Amino acid sequence: MALPEAKQSPTEARLASLSLPTAGCTRDAREAALARVREMGLPGRRDEYWKYTRPDTLIQPEAPKAAVFTADEPLMFDQIDRLKIVFVDGVFSPEASDDLSLEGVQIERLEDICCKDFHWAKELYGVLEARGQNPVPRPLAALNTAFAADGVAIHVTGKPSKPICLIYKHESETSDAILHHVIRVESGAEVTILENGPAASRFNKCMEIDVADGGTLHHVRAQGRDHERRAATHMFTRLGEKSVYKSFTLTVNGVLTRNEQVVELTGDEGVAHVSGACVGDGDFLHDDTVFITHDAVNCESRQVFKKVLRNGATGVFQGKILVKEGAQKTDGYQISQSLLLDDDSQFLAKPELEIYADDVACSHGSTSGAIDETALFYLRSRGVPEKDATNMLTLAFLAEAVDEIEDPALVEDIVARLQGWLARRS
Amino acid sequence: MAALDQTQVKEGVDQETVDAVREVGAYKYGWDTDIEMEYAPKGVNPDIVRLISEKNEEPEWMTEWRLAAFERWTQMKEPKWAMVHYPEIDFQDQYYYARPKSMETKPKSLDEVDPKLLATYEKLGIPLKEQMILAGVEGAEDAPAEGRKVAVDAVFDSVSVGTTFQEELKKHGVIFCSISEAIREHPELVKKYLGSVVPVSDNFYATLNSAVFSDGSFVYVPPGVRCPMELSTYFRINAENTGQFERTLIIADKGSYVSYLEGCTAPQRDTAQLHAAVVEIIVEEDAEVKYSTVQNWFPGDENGKGGIYNFVTKRADCRGDRSKVMWTQVETGSAVTWKYPSCILRGDDSQGEFYSIAITNNMQQADTGTKMIHLGKNTKSRIVSKGISAGKAQNTYRGLVSMHPKAKNSRNYTQCDSLLIGDKCGAHTVPYIEVRNNSSRCEHEATTSKVDDDQLFYCRQRGMDEEEAVALVVNGFCKDVLQALPMEFAMEAQQLVAISLEGSVG
Repeated sequence: MALPEAKQSPTEARLASLSLPTAGCTRDAREAALARVREMGLPGRRDEYWKYTRPDTLIQPEAPKAAVFTADEPLMFDQIDRLKIVFVDGVFSPEASDDLSLEGVQIERLEDICCKDFHWAKELYGVLEARGQNPVPRPLAALNTAFAADGVAIHVTGKPSKPICLIYKHESETSDAILHHVIRVESGAEVTILENGPAASRFNKCMEIDVADGGTLHHVRAQGRDHERRAATHMFTRLGEKSVYKSFTLTVNGVLTRNEQVVELTGDEGVAHVSGACVGDGDFLHDDTVFITHDAVNCESRQVFKKVLRNGATGVFQGKILVKEGAQKTDGYQISQSLLLDDDSQFLAKPELEIYADDVACSHGSTSGAIDETALFYLRSRGVPEKDATNMLTLAFLAEAVDEIEDPALVEDIVARLQGWLARRS
Repeated sequence: MAALDQTQVKEGVDQETVDAVREVGAYKYGWDTDIEMEYAPKGVNPDIVRLISEKNEEPEWMTEWRLAAFERWTQMKEPKWAMVHYPEIDFQDQYYYARPKSMETKPKSLDEVDPKLLATYEKLGIPLKEQMILAGVEGAEDAPAEGRKVAVDAVFDSVSVGTTFQEELKKHGVIFCSISEAIREHPELVKKYLGSVVPVSDNFYATLNSAVFSDGSFVYVPPGVRCPMELSTYFRINAENTGQFERTLIIADKGSYVSYLEGCTAPQRDTAQLHAAVVEIIVEEDAEVKYSTVQNWFPGDENGKGGIYNFVTKRADCRGDRSKVMWTQVETGSAVTWKYPSCILRGDDSQGEFYSIAITNNMQQADTGTKMIHLGKNTKSRIVSKGISAGKAQNTYRGLVSMHPKAKNSRNYTQCDSLLIGDKCGAHTVPYIEVRNNSSRCEHEATTSKVDDDQLFYCRQRGMDEEEAVALVVNGFCKDVLQALPMEFAMEAQQLVAISLEGSVG
């Protein structure tokens, strides 16, 4: 079916600004992805899946400008012993990165595997993304698969001694970065992946994660603070039997962020936790779009999203739990809450359940409102100044999401960042 | 039920018992009335629209209004977003107007109505004689004369057959008549309010309805009047291949109160039939309207053959301050349901409530829910939705709660629970929550579960069979909504809940 004109011209305009990388084993996957983009068209304002977030600036040919934010505070996760992989405006920087060798894991640059005929990453690159296009199209992810300029392939075979940290630096005002990572966690292996930094003025990132039976992947991400940056990210995760996937995202400012998580539980007794905390001030839109598919018995999934919004900031949550026929004993939980610190901010939510099995316990909740006056009064009557009391209650509100992180050192880092944000505003 | 027909009646079991058992399992209202009908030619076009308008002896402005709606409809596309699947509907392969021949000359009173028609309603348990009470309430016959009265407007295919208690209502200033009569007798009211809540081009089916609606009910309650009895409409589709398009307009003027009931049934047929209704409610300052529906259209057989496609637009506009509207629905019938009774809370301190039970069994599909649009300050809304899915049915709750920037201090509470019986059915929840100010509070909760084994075990231990036990648990699950129904309906609804789930266990 031909695309309607309203979709075709912006799609072709965007495609014209990009060129397909030539050589290597990802060539077929890239061509197939390009065909998918042409078939679906890039997202438009009238798409139901983009009801609350305007995709215009994410798909226009030129990346909008974003000033580089300079702060004198330390880099996120700086005091944690980690293996650093640094990208500057979407390009791998060997000088800034650590030596990529670490026991229990094999890290390669996407560019390097492209010249190999046989590579495990070939079974993954673009594969999970393509699976994730149904039932809802995610054209920006397909665009990423086709045109990704850089990225890494991480093969986890053991239990590496320290987390692997992807650092995205933003140095040029008009950078347009497209990164694609593939991660395979082998049976019984365990890894922690960290991500931080604004990456570019416009960032399109896609991560495909395959966790084999009994594997574990922890993911903690802090999205950079550049006020004008824009980001559209996708994480496609496939989980095997008894495997564990836990992902947390902290977003502090940024004019537009759309984070999509597509998780598929394909083996029995798998566990998937996806959570996020975001704080937004002023011209800020943050969109969490989550799609969890239960396709095996006895699996557990959990979504916890908290948003604090002020000065006209907008929070969006679109979450879905799909329980397929036969996925009995599913335990699905989803909560999305927002705290509106003033009257101009808004929260738009669409928490969905789609269930085709009867022996399941699925629930979702969504609330929105201002700071609880009675709690505030309680604190003030005990001598806590109003600003401190507000900050305390705000932090307590976010705690449920932050608590999803298992490593206490990481929790500390995240909380410090949130406290900094609150302190700057009171 | 074929098996039962051949069952040898055991000694000691009387025929009455066999009949009672048979009745429980099947769709009770599946019979048809053999009556001479008059049809408009099949299909829809401006000529048919004009013909319907002519048959209803409408003034020129009404005909023009319909034609404009038809013009808009031809440019619209059928909505596809609902989680329902059905074969393409051929809108030209339907009759848009069918009325019993005997209704050609308008009967002046109920005494002149064809006895066959009266018998039809009698059989449905809807007495068109001015009796006190709807059938189905035990001991009704012995009730004192001043017992609960219910006025009925009976709609048979495309026409209103008769309206009871009109005289008595008139004494209180309440106008209750068919919409075609209202267009003739009270054009100023119809002109002012028709299409003011559901605009002509609101959606595909509402626009089609605006063009071809043939009859329906009209209610006007004057300021300060508490309607002395419950008003009700009973819709019956009888003719084959005929769509029913009725239009209901309820106006509750300042400080008034009315409770309105709606019931619907249709014969058992192999081909699907279309029903696209529009209900508009206007609630002025301090007024209150209660609208209750028991929807029991023919749901199709267990293989999904036949049944009614129920595409309905219902909306209430709480225009005045402190106005209140309450929707209660029990949806057990129809092959496909597409229905979202909504509230526009425009007046300050206005309230909207939505209580719903949607039961789907066999191949039924329901996509239903509500919209609560908070525009005024201090507005409140409450949504309680209970979806029950059995067999191979799909049941979806779809709703919107929207708090506009000016709707300060508003409140919403939403609870949607789904119950699954069997592993081949589905239950889905699609809520939209849009909060655009911070003084409002919005809460949404949803759960999905199955009939609890412990509860079943408890009931079984006390001697109930499995079906009874499930019915009891399900009735408990629906309790919040059943309690919101007027008494006459609550009884019927409770029985329907049990009947709709027959055969879904074991």
